[in-house]
Amino acid sequence: MHDRQFGFATRAIHAGTPPEAVTGSRAVPIFQTAAYVFTSTEQAAELFALRGYGHIYSRISNPTVAAFEERMASLEGGLGAIAFSSGLAAQLCAVLALAQAGDHLVCAQNVYGGTVTQLAVTVKRMGIETTFVPIGELEAVRAAMRANTRLLLVETIANPSGEIADIAALAQVAHAAGVPLAVDNTFATPYLFAPIASGADLVLHSATKFIGGHGTTIGGVLVESGGFPWDNGRFALLSQPSPGYHQKVFTETFAEYAFLMRARAEVLRDVGAQMAPMDAWLLLQGLETLAIRMDRHVASAKAIAAFLEARAEVAWVKAPQLGSILTFGLRGGREAGRRFIDALELWSHVANVGDAKSLVIHPASTTHSQLSDEELAKGGVPPELVRLSVGLEDLDDLTWDLGNALRASVPAGASA
Amino acid sequence: MIARTPAQRRALLDRVRSIAVVGASANPLRPSYTVFSYLRTQTAFEITPINPAIAAIDGVAAYPSLAAYARERGAPDLVVVFRRIAELPAVVAETVASGAKAIWFQYGLVDAGAIAAAEAGGLDVVVDRCVKVEHARFSGALATGGLNSGLITSRRRA
Repeated sequence: MHDRQFGFATRAIHAGTPPEAVTGSRAVPIFQTAAYVFTSTEQAAELFALRGYGHIYSRISNPTVAAFEERMASLEGGLGAIAFSSGLAAQLCAVLALAQAGDHLVCAQNVYGGTVTQLAVTVKRMGIETTFVPIGELEAVRAAMRANTRLLLVETIANPSGEIADIAALAQVAHAAGVPLAVDNTFATPYLFAPIASGADLVLHSATKFIGGHGTTIGGVLVESGGFPWDNGRFALLSQPSPGYHQKVFTETFAEYAFLMRARAEVLRDVGAQMAPMDAWLLLQGLETLAIRMDRHVASAKAIAAFLEARAEVAWVKAPQLGSILTFGLRGGREAGRRFIDALELWSHVANVGDAKSLVIHPASTTHSQLSDEELAKGGVPPELVRLSVGLEDLDDLTWDLGNALRASVPAGASA
Repeated sequence: MIARTPAQRRALLDRVRSIAVVGASANPLRPSYTVFSYLRTQTAFEITPINPAIAAIDGVAAYPSLAAYARERGAPDLVVVFRRIAELPAVVAETVASGAKAIWFQYGLVDAGAIAAAEAGGLDVVVDRCVKVEHARFSGALATGGLNSGLITSRRRA
């Protein structure tokens, strides 16, 4: 054995997937099974008591899913990871691992609309209240912290406004209050930015996006750094005897693994939002090319932002500071946006991002349609905003299609 | 020598056959029981509790001291320590006297004097790590829980 620290692209291909021990299969097998045979009653008892390592039932863990989890933990520089059926499932379970009725969360106000509704409606019904704050105003974030705050949640790159969060500064604010920082790193991916290295404690992904990279698979993942002091007196769910697990005190028994053990053995077990083995396998294939895909996504997005800047039909362009998702506004407002999208041939009109295929959407009428005008304004999503997720096609073909649709966005007889 | 890297810890565990667990508890809620039970049921190590307050754990006879163990069984290859920090210097002295080759201080047991004494006594030393977690890391078991083992290899496990 060696002590070499391998690079990102190497880990994106190898982490979590040594040759399969029994058959030597070089590709990770799809372990399509619900349950695992115990070797003895004693071994079964050890597994159920969380003293042994091994699989019991695929709602809790599965070898193919574990390979994906370990690879994500390696790429994010974390202690371990837990995969979920979707990004929103990962986020809900992160909340449930730390908070219960009467507790409080702080969340960036410019996040994905699905996150806003999850926290402001569904999680609120469970008795957990969320304060939404402008993430660029550190004083406002600091002021929102309460004695019962359990988590600060932000996005590296806000969806869809593109605002970049100062993760290092936010980690300091959170830690000064004794609270962990969770970062949704979906738009950046660990290739462009690794939040744990800047002080984040939890990293969340919709793996559906760049992790998978081909728009085939819904999935989510939660990575933990292993660095947060869960025994600081604020997290009774981790540091007090657990009625859900033989009165075990997770921080005492599992030390740095306390959060991951409870999140899997209690929260994932009880919520049942596990990732399917086939989905983990697809996401593992995607990860193998993450580094080269992201280079191309970013280069093409920069070129497309420059192309749009030069067009008379375009009122404004928000070029991505990081990543490959950009937004722009059409001079003709909401109606021009509709004509533009209907005229596109190659770009796909879908509610998704991070695909090899180039994607386009008008958030005000789709992903963010549940939000009020006031919430839209707070989230930085004006009605004329169009969001592009720049794919991997030939750049000339992408700009050809955009140019045609921009001309079509202007009514006949009018001039841009 | 202090085993600071994964390869050093793996080499140490590869050299070990017999392990004495100082401060092993019979209470299933204690971390020391969790580690003892894992080592007893999931590994090939010959594992023995050292605790004057108990007769046995899960049918494995306990010895009241490392000296009593060494008199009857010879030196253990590794001594795993679950004691308060104030007691670590005494445990190190007993470990060296027993003829053991290595000492393992579990999570949180960091005491510069005890570490220096262990090195001066010729012991291989592991500090602030869990022997269960490290064994599981190298056996591949850690990876079953989605935990980052840090292992990258294209060699098939023998």
